[in-house]
Amino acid sequence: MEKQLNVSAIKDGTVIDHIPTRALFKVIQILRLEEYDNMVTFGNNLDSKAMGTKAIIKIANRYFEDEEVNKISLVAPNAKLNTIRNYEVVEKRVVQIPEQVYGIVRCFNPKCITNAENVSTKFQIINDKPIEMKCYYCEKITYENEIKIK
Amino acid sequence: MSKKNLISITDFSKEEYLKIMELSRQFEEHPNQSLLKGKVVATLFFEPSTRTRLSFETAINRLGGKIIGFSDSNSSSVSKGETLHDTIKMVSNYADLIIMRHPLEGSARYAAEIADVPVINAGDGANQHPSQTLLDMYSIKKTQGRLDDINLFMVGDLKYGRTVHSLLMAMSQFKNPIFNFVAPPELAMPDEYKLFLTNQGIRYYEHLEFNEIINQADIIYMTRVQKERFIDPVEYEKVKNVYILKNEMLAGTKPTVRILHPLPRINEIHTNVDSNPKAYYFTQARNGVYTRMAIISHLLNLQ
Repeated sequence: MEKQLNVSAIKDGTVIDHIPTRALFKVIQILRLEEYDNMVTFGNNLDSKAMGTKAIIKIANRYFEDEEVNKISLVAPNAKLNTIRNYEVVEKRVVQIPEQVYGIVRCFNPKCITNAENVSTKFQIINDKPIEMKCYYCEKITYENEIKIK
Repeated sequence: MSKKNLISITDFSKEEYLKIMELSRQFEEHPNQSLLKGKVVATLFFEPSTRTRLSFETAINRLGGKIIGFSDSNSSSVSKGETLHDTIKMVSNYADLIIMRHPLEGSARYAAEIADVPVINAGDGANQHPSQTLLDMYSIKKTQGRLDDINLFMVGDLKYGRTVHSLLMAMSQFKNPIFNFVAPPELAMPDEYKLFLTNQGIRYYEHLEFNEIINQADIIYMTRVQKERFIDPVEYEKVKNVYILKNEMLAGTKPTVRILHPLPRINEIHTNVDSNPKAYYFTQARNGVYTRMAIISHLLNLQ
């Protein structure tokens, strides 16, 4: 059987795999890939043995520090990163939920000051499965199913 | 030197609670002082709260300080569209201390980040009102002679009432508290607080009936069921008259029991309780002045 890649391979860069289909565009937003000048390809609703369907993103010539990529764990907690050099996978990583989250997420509380003035949000992660994050300002908890990207 | 703020009740340690209790006692003995002479305190009330504002302003006056500020946002530059950020930045140039009430939750923590001077949170929406908790604790200490081994009954709106949540957190710092929660299921103490008590190994009991179980109480903390917290007015009508304390209910209670209420009261304490020596809510309000003098003095290192 002929094997064909749904999303074409990259020579050097990063592949982010096992993204939930509904989180694809949130991941793009968190990593600010819309501002990135090199080649970015992605696929959504791809077949996945583990997840049923999934999304994947391939970013040419770009490598991520843990701190940067861990931000996507809020929407894609099971995402896997493959570092590609000369078409070969040279490193595999999983994302980890950070202890603190700065910016990125909106506080779910409509009465929170961060939703009224131009204040960058700050959260403490108090539980990671499912994610529960406490707002540094209003002290209310935002739950995983309420997470909205700023 | 880093400045101290009072935004949430958990900002203070147990030692600081005890220091506030001792300073409150001293200020009650000697209420007129000149420790704040030559200092300016800003009271910024972005929403009206006459009781809290007058209590703080009395405390400042008794300490010999001067007051600038406003009592609602219509008389401030907020009505011209100024951000909280800019208002705080500006006032922080003028005053030695900022006392702030604001309808948005987290606004006080934010103000404390911006201001170069200490900030006291006098209420940020439904979030925190720590000076109320400290005056509640002072009232408990004064009437019971201790903060350890207190059997505390909390009655009414335990779901939305910020005063009961803060008091629970603060009293959990002391030895062997027992919490008794009396509330309808719609207004029950939230799970996160019950879980906190369980994790701390602190005893608590929940009751639907408001009856002779109060005979065990050292403190009965009554709260108002606030209409504005309900989305459905029918739900409010169902629970508003459920728990009303009447004088005859106090017959079998301990002689030392005292009834507290953060005020204003609507109908949850019958007026026939007012003349009972166990009623303490009006004295509790007076204690607020001494406690606020103590908080100001502590944050500004006046002693």
